Amino acid sequence: MTRYITMRVLSTIPVMVLVALFVFLMLRLAPGDPASVIAGDYATAEDVARIREQLGLSDPIVVQFVRWVGALAQGDLGTSIFSGKPVTELIGQRIEPTILLALTTIVFAVVVAVPLGTIAAFRAGSLLDRVVMLFSVSGFSVPVFVLGYILIYTFSMSLKVLPVQGYKSPFVEGLGPFLYHITLPTVTLSVIFIALIARMTRASVIEVLEEDYIRTARAKGQSELTILMRHALRNAAVPVVTVIGIGIALLIGGVVVTESVFNIPGLGRLVLDAVLARDYPIIQGLILFFSFIYIFINLMIDLSYTLLDPRIRY
Amino acid sequence: MLGWTTRRSLLAALLAGPLALGALPGVAQAETTLRVIPHADLKNLDPIWTTAYITRNHGYMIYDTLFAMNENFEPQPQMVDTWETSEDGLTWTFVLRDGLTFHDGAPVTAADVVASLERWGKRDGMGQQLFANTASLEAKDDKTVVLTLANEYGLVLESIGKISSNVPFIMPARVAATDPFEQITDFTGSGPFVFQEDQWVPGSTVVYTKFEDYVPREEPVSAASGGKVAKVDKVVWTYFPDQTTAMNALMAGEVDFFEQPANDLAPLLEANPDITVQVNDPLGNIGFARFNHLLPPFDNADVRRAAMMAMKQEDYMAAAVGDPKFWKTCYSVFPCGTPLDNDVGSEVMSMGDIDAAKAALAETGYDGTPVVIMQPTDIPILSAFSLVTAEKLRNAGFEVEVQAMDWSTLTSRRASRDPVADGGWNMFHTWWIGADVIDPMAIAFSGDPDAGWFGWAEDAALEEARAAFAVAGTEEEKKEVAQTVQDRLWSIGASGQLGQFFNPVAYRNNVQGLIESPVQFFWNISVE
Repeated sequence: MTRYITMRVLSTIPVMVLVALFVFLMLRLAPGDPASVIAGDYATAEDVARIREQLGLSDPIVVQFVRWVGALAQGDLGTSIFSGKPVTELIGQRIEPTILLALTTIVFAVVVAVPLGTIAAFRAGSLLDRVVMLFSVSGFSVPVFVLGYILIYTFSMSLKVLPVQGYKSPFVEGLGPFLYHITLPTVTLSVIFIALIARMTRASVIEVLEEDYIRTARAKGQSELTILMRHALRNAAVPVVTVIGIGIALLIGGVVVTESVFNIPGLGRLVLDAVLARDYPIIQGLILFFSFIYIFINLMIDLSYTLLDPRIRY
Repeated sequence: MLGWTTRRSLLAALLAGPLALGALPGVAQAETTLRVIPHADLKNLDPIWTTAYITRNHGYMIYDTLFAMNENFEPQPQMVDTWETSEDGLTWTFVLRDGLTFHDGAPVTAADVVASLERWGKRDGMGQQLFANTASLEAKDDKTVVLTLANEYGLVLESIGKISSNVPFIMPARVAATDPFEQITDFTGSGPFVFQEDQWVPGSTVVYTKFEDYVPREEPVSAASGGKVAKVDKVVWTYFPDQTTAMNALMAGEVDFFEQPANDLAPLLEANPDITVQVNDPLGNIGFARFNHLLPPFDNADVRRAAMMAMKQEDYMAAAVGDPKFWKTCYSVFPCGTPLDNDVGSEVMSMGDIDAAKAALAETGYDGTPVVIMQPTDIPILSAFSLVTAEKLRNAGFEVEVQAMDWSTLTSRRASRDPVADGGWNMFHTWWIGADVIDPMAIAFSGDPDAGWFGWAEDAALEEARAAFAVAGTEEEKKEVAQTVQDRLWSIGASGQLGQFFNPVAYRNNVQGLIESPVQFFWNISVE
């Protein structure tokens, strides 16, 4: 196991290097130039050239890449071209809302979806099952921003029970204000994951319920609840956990829209703003950061299999 | 049984309760805060390093200027107490008024003024022209600045009192010593508000607090001039990337002031009795269709003029802005309603006649060279301008290719003088705020292909007229020269002009004291 974890951690290094190279080249070869954005309408070609020089953008790409990787090796993700702030500081300012939004979303989605999927499987073919599946299909189909606006209209504008926008840190302003502001974004973002996880749970539990050991448990006279909780759910957990893991990775994309709709100052908006302004250090730093998170989550999921299924050993 | 309203209130109280409790100490302090949705995200903080309007607005919050424009576009003293000019008009002596203090407590001195103007003069177009005509700029003593011109120059006060980017803000000399091509890192100003650097979250929040030691002028406020009285303790800018969310936040009372709602949101906001929607900028914005004068087919003035004949301002404004109360046609190159507004030579632009354009194009012997229009799809107004132009030009007989891209790509590509096949272009659209094109010195009106604006118009007579404006003595002379400039611009078909449009502001009715101006200022505003 230790050897496996070591190998997995080491294998992230070439992956990260490839990601870094790809991101760097992709940005430098894409059209657009931060120096032109900074220079504005009054600038002469000489002004733009001088700004490029100051930003180090007129050096050969290889020189720029070596300089960036050299800084990276020392833990320096660079400095934003526009704000002049270190990328690590910008990520630090924005990471809390994104992580907490992702966390509340995934917790809410699991808490709602796993029971829904299990009940649907247990009553497969019933009206309840069909309702759950209808919700599931709808959840997949409604874009996040549409759902966000509907919820804002209903709960913020009409009922006036929740705020339209904003974020309050639980560590600074307390749990109440945090929950007050995070509720709508969480519900909005979690619907698609509830749909995804509920469907996977249903399919997985239905498959397990047809296994011989379930029949044996029933023959032994165990209650349906015990069978469901002790035998069916645990054996259905591996594919469900896989989907949850994929869901966390997908969240990275989902938060961009949700953060915009609810005006949450998180990483999703940071990357969007950086792309529009061609703020290379931020884009590079964030993609590397997201890649690392993605790899880390995958490792955690793989390791969790050993806890859920004793047959799996690395 | 609880009624729905009661249950709703209970739910709101349950959820908001901790927030309300947390806010109790604030109630005791009775701090007043103006909560603003600015027109853009404040990405950088150096108003000399960038021309971005949001950075200019930030500059007005924390810095002061020697002179400032009033509502009639006349420069008025701001940090200056008295000034005099020598008989030959070459020596200008400015004396700073008493009580000017930087946010760190240091007095504002003439040395700070000299260093600030020198840095500004290396980046700003008008600043560069002023210094090109300057023999020396010196601090005579702590409060006296002497500007000695090398030759006659009529735009000294207009330059150091210019209202829009780059504004010659006065910074401490140690800050102004920064290379003008590098960003400053010290944000000490002497303006009516203090920037709270530790609370700045780029992409989200900017916080300013009232500068208690600021001494406003006695005169009433008039555009950028007059007494800058901070009437709130704190101004918080919260950037909203989504217009609909911004509108909802204003309607829900979560913010007080929305600087630039999209015109199509105006009806919804106007329908709310708690909100006022009004046009606060008397000059508005001027839509421009810019030709690349270096490449065919627009390397021919007759072809450019044929294209202009097809452009009908009403169609552009209807497509891009919509409600007629937010736009008007304007066939003067200087914003309508400003001192130099005139109609000399404007027939080519006011025609809006496809048949005339078709006939004029046929006479040029146009060979079917495609016109590549860059369409910035992330800016709805410019995207609409691009599509209307494409339609007009096609109807007039041009071959047209519209290339969609984002604004960042466009700003990079428009700097290319290469042929289209190598990354060049034929047309793009933009707008200038009225204050930026108020006189012939605007770079948009340049006829110098080396130092001029993208598109690189070349016309010696135009440059001669612009130079004459810089030394024109009287208002009459200035008007006469401005007419010559306009005549040349229309004659060479420098740019198509697409109309004058106005962005409203929207605010809750508890906000009082807005200043009518091309730039949004936050002094004089109170929140009741």
